[in-house]
Amino acid sequence: MATLEIRDLHVTVEADNATKEILKGVDLTVKQGETHAIMGPNGSGKSTLAYSLAGHPKYTITGGTVTLDGEDVLEMSVDERARAGLFLAMQYPVEVPGVSVSNFLRTSATAIRGEAPKLRTWVKEVKEAMERLNMDPAFAERNVNEGFSGGEKKRHEILQLELLKPKVAILDETDSGLDVDALRVVSEGVNRVRETGEVGTLLITHYTRILRYIKPDHVHVFANGRIVESGGAELADKLEAEGYEAYTKGGASA
Amino acid sequence: MAEAQNIPVGSTTAGSIAVAAESTVATRMSAPPSFDVADFPVPHGREEEWRFTPLERLRGLHDGTATATGEGVKVTVEAPEGVTVETVGRDDARLGRAGTPVDRVAAQAYSAFEQASVVTVPKETVLTEPIRIAVHGEGGTAYAHQVIELGAFAEAVVVIDHTGDAVLAANVEYVIGDGAKLTVVSVQDWDDKAVHAAQHDALVGRDASLKSIIVTFGGDVVRLHPRVRYAGPGGEAELFGLYFTDAGQHQEHRLLVDHNVPHCKSNVVYKGALQGDDAHAVWIGDVLIEAKAEGTDTYEMNRNLVLTDGARVDSVPNLEIETGEIVGAGHASATGRFDDEQLFYLMARGIPEKDARRLVVRGFFAELVQQIGLPDIEERLIGRIEEELEASVA
Repeated sequence: MATLEIRDLHVTVEADNATKEILKGVDLTVKQGETHAIMGPNGSGKSTLAYSLAGHPKYTITGGTVTLDGEDVLEMSVDERARAGLFLAMQYPVEVPGVSVSNFLRTSATAIRGEAPKLRTWVKEVKEAMERLNMDPAFAERNVNEGFSGGEKKRHEILQLELLKPKVAILDETDSGLDVDALRVVSEGVNRVRETGEVGTLLITHYTRILRYIKPDHVHVFANGRIVESGGAELADKLEAEGYEAYTKGGASA
Repeated sequence: MAEAQNIPVGSTTAGSIAVAAESTVATRMSAPPSFDVADFPVPHGREEEWRFTPLERLRGLHDGTATATGEGVKVTVEAPEGVTVETVGRDDARLGRAGTPVDRVAAQAYSAFEQASVVTVPKETVLTEPIRIAVHGEGGTAYAHQVIELGAFAEAVVVIDHTGDAVLAANVEYVIGDGAKLTVVSVQDWDDKAVHAAQHDALVGRDASLKSIIVTFGGDVVRLHPRVRYAGPGGEAELFGLYFTDAGQHQEHRLLVDHNVPHCKSNVVYKGALQGDDAHAVWIGDVLIEAKAEGTDTYEMNRNLVLTDGARVDSVPNLEIETGEIVGAGHASATGRFDDEQLFYLMARGIPEKDARRLVVRGFFAELVQQIGLPDIEERLIGRIEEELEASVA
């Protein structure tokens, strides 16, 4: 069973000619089949965690370890991490001029699976996955994220999640900027992947709204660069009622 | 690519639609067209037509100091049966019909060439094989003049290949008879030090068509000036261009389509990729719709993909419309960059860096390459683009 283990992770970022520590010792274990929600106020470092795990060059790891099934993730390049089974659904997916969605998906699937998918079954696979996400077939011929609405971008991210079948999926504020209908469609997509039992999900969000559609096994409160409280789904209800104030006042209380 | 977005630092993307004749295509030039180099002052670099060009790298083509040497370029013409290939003197009456030099370097070329090459496809001759013209630089300086003429209803594909090392200034004329169809591919695949400045003048006959494909990969400085005029109504011109500008290279394409008669069409699509420090691409797209040119249909577009920091693009579309009685007129210019975020996004989907760059560049050019309609040329271009990318990764 695939396991992502994050131990005492410290991460800095260069900003305004100064080095700033964003993650200050994160400990978390995500196992295949589990869903962990990471919730926290803006600026707490949630997205830094997501991007650091995926290997974004902007972030410098200054301490700690991350392993996927015992393999050192931090030693891997961005593409190696993806091929090892990590997937990051981005909050702000990037436009890629000149590359069609269909070309992109196929190139990506080829890289992840280690061989080009058979064309006939692939076309069917993509078509069905798109239908499930209420995506127009014409979408496949558009350039990646170019001119996509917020909802289209997120559906496209989840489409990739469904097709690439990672071991661990990190969803970085996938719910942000979505109306209720889009949120439902996207959540159903995530749930289909979760129901296979083959993916560990790290759901990063500011709001509890998405947790009505995607039920987490564990909820972690993230504040000031680390996890300050962990619990079950009931912790989300508490956050819904009380907000993050208790965790932000006076900075890191722990 | 969305319009004019993601413009990297140091590039300009400007567009203008000049309705009144305050700054026109003609008045922006520092002297009226002439065959005589003496009619043009030596440019100093601030003139509208020279302001993007590194004059100091033209090796004297612009100021009269570049003297032709014996071993300038070697020109080889391979033509199918039925085509006449001649070398003629300066006084041949067939020279200078398609256009007149509009800047000093073109006039210098016209004033200095000793012999011209004239390739003629007789009327109603439809070629099944292309005419191949190899221009190979032998390391010297040369002035050249080339005329390609298609008689009425003739059809031909001409492939002009520029390779080797040379300092070359040239004028190329395409005289396209009524109802004739000319496809011409000009590939600038020069060695790194070559300097190539040329004016291409096409005169498109009544109901005739021109498809021009300009492909620029090599050279230190390449500055091409394709120009189109129409000899009668019903003419069509498609001008496609593709360039791949590497570190230190200056590649400049300045186009003019002069809609001087009614009911003609033009479509201009140029796309370029740039990579490396001081890679500089310039695209000037002038379209003039004269008052008498009713029923004109024209569109021009330039797209640039900046692959690395340190490259610069100047893209200036310019549309002058002197009559409102037209079918359509439009232009677009956009410069986007392939940046670290795009690379991260693609790599985060398992795609190795090299493949990610290749994917983006191939995608960028694919649509244009497919419009060429000549499979062997298309394959060669894709292959050449891959080579450029390989070189950049190495």
